[in-house]
Amino acid sequence: MKKKFACLAMAMIMVLSLAACGGKEEAPSSGSESGAAAFMLGGTGPLTGGAAIYGNAAKNGAQIAVDEINAMGGIQFELKYEDDTHDPEKAVNAYNALKDWGMQISLGSVTSKPCEATAAETYADRIFALTPSASSTATTEGKDNMFQMCFMDPNQGSASAQYIADKTLGTKIAIIWKNDDVYSKGIHDTFTAKAAELGLEIVSDTTFADGNDTDFSVQLSDAQKAGADLVFLPMYYQPASLIFAQASNMGYAPKWFGVDGMDGILTMEGFDAALAEGVMLLTPFNADSDDEATKAFVAEYQKRFNEIPNQFAADGYDCVYAYKQALEAAGATPDMSAEELCGLMIEQFTSMTFNGLTGDGMTWDASGAVSKSPKGMVIENGAYVGLD
Amino acid sequence: MTFLNFLISGISLGSIYAIIALGYTMVYGIAKMLNFAHGDVIMVGAYICFYAVSRFSLPPLAGVVLAMLVCTVLGMLVERLAYKPLRAAPSLAVLITAIGVSYFLQNTALLLWSSNPKVFPSVVGNGKIEMFGGQLTISHVTIVTIAACVIIMLALTWFTGNTRMGKAMRACSEDKGAAQLMGINVNATISMTFAIGSGLAAIAGVLLCSAYPTLVPTTGSMPGIKAFTAAVFGGIGSIPGALLGGLLLGVIEIFAKAYISTQLSDAVVFAVLIVVLLVKPAGLLGKQIHEKV
Repeated sequence: MKKKFACLAMAMIMVLSLAACGGKEEAPSSGSESGAAAFMLGGTGPLTGGAAIYGNAAKNGAQIAVDEINAMGGIQFELKYEDDTHDPEKAVNAYNALKDWGMQISLGSVTSKPCEATAAETYADRIFALTPSASSTATTEGKDNMFQMCFMDPNQGSASAQYIADKTLGTKIAIIWKNDDVYSKGIHDTFTAKAAELGLEIVSDTTFADGNDTDFSVQLSDAQKAGADLVFLPMYYQPASLIFAQASNMGYAPKWFGVDGMDGILTMEGFDAALAEGVMLLTPFNADSDDEATKAFVAEYQKRFNEIPNQFAADGYDCVYAYKQALEAAGATPDMSAEELCGLMIEQFTSMTFNGLTGDGMTWDASGAVSKSPKGMVIENGAYVGLD
Repeated sequence: MTFLNFLISGISLGSIYAIIALGYTMVYGIAKMLNFAHGDVIMVGAYICFYAVSRFSLPPLAGVVLAMLVCTVLGMLVERLAYKPLRAAPSLAVLITAIGVSYFLQNTALLLWSSNPKVFPSVVGNGKIEMFGGQLTISHVTIVTIAACVIIMLALTWFTGNTRMGKAMRACSEDKGAAQLMGINVNATISMTFAIGSGLAAIAGVLLCSAYPTLVPTTGSMPGIKAFTAAVFGGIGSIPGALLGGLLLGVIEIFAKAYISTQLSDAVVFAVLIVVLLVKPAGLLGKQIHEKV
């Protein structure tokens, strides 16, 4: 019933979200004086709403990269993010606003469903797009100018199954996934396919959806009854935190294996880290890494935004640097049209190798999917520790 | 034994729906309007309690009382600013305003408290009662929630049946114009209804988050919708109906997940609702009102 009237209430949200943006608008990036020629870089993401944590992280990460690059001299960027509240329709509006602003190259959208919508637009308009984190297959499918910085969902699923089999982490596996979420379903589908290939036995396969994502007793007792010794959780960390709490109440303690959406669980305010003890996950970015570049990024992010950056922030940061590398290699100048840049970028991205925070030696194939190796992590004493 | 365990899970989920549904049904029964912002008042109550307990280290009970006070004031304020000017407007306008208020509260919460999920410290503790050598467990939260539901239900029934204010409320619900002619202050009565409904919302919010401890600005919206369904199921406007509807909805949801399919559980829940409404259009305990022409 509420949904029927939601569109009528939309006007209200729009006013509110605009007001929200107005309040938080940051000063224009330091390096780009109005006269200096800069590449106009735009992206959409959920800056308000339930998924705002991801949009703001990607935006903040990209902003840091832009400021650093502008301060170096040489290539200059001007960055603009528009709010899409994780809604495909609003993402297209936000994209159109960016086009009016004069966007030449795009950061796509932060989350999968909106990015599928804006990818169709960038494809039609011949604007090159590199999304930090929209990981569904449909984002890049059939579009020669749409590239991803993150793993594609299917790759995460098969990589996880491969990892579990290689390390013999479990023999009887249960999966709990969110069946109204393209991210969760994509990982689930490739995980089960790969598991069958590798001879991993899946003994329990249960789902939840928006609206019944609070009580997991049925899913957990199904896994427990089937004798699962490892539970795979392709989902974001918020439902996962409930699953851990309820399993601990039931006295069920299998091994837990998550995906990149699990990243962030330890920064949840009030979360009892003991519940996540021993949770394993594959993720391309680790804020606790000893790597120099990562340490500098984490310090800068903490200074500016007062929180530890997650993988989305690192993806946003990497996107801008990948653009810098590609634009320099192509000898591109800001007076080129979006269409010219699009051709150059396709050429560069399919041939270059990029080292960033989220992986060394990244390459892209013509479909737009990135190839990099995920790192296995385990949560020990409330911190991520590398598994290998 | 698994059956009993599922039954208990269903009851604990249902008791949460029931306690939210009580607030819905109370406001609907008297003001004859669907306050879709009820779920968001719940969320505000939970945040107030969260901050009181975890930031200012107040004892949990003080946190609950503070949350009730804030929500009561908030409820009256919303009524005064958003609904009162529309007293004479068609009910559709009020309904849409309520949805607007709902979004307004959600977005304000986003600005104030950000979208980062918070883990709510259970005000009841994480204890549980074990039976049959640990095969059956009932958490303290469930017991407290059910007790709270029953107490609130009895108190509301007594209040609307026996006090002056309660009688005034019932009079307003039957006929506002006639009530006014009899010397009842209709505005004050409706304001009081919202105050009580919102105070109950605070309790519901605290118990919801104690049972399922993640707190985000949209925490109240889905349980709010489910509770609304429960209120309709039990017969909207009927106070015992809300309790019955909530419990049944929770149990059906868990059984549908356990014995039919985790993918189809919501479809089953709403299919049952449709069947019930086809057979009994006023809901399980609702009164069929015949309009006099």
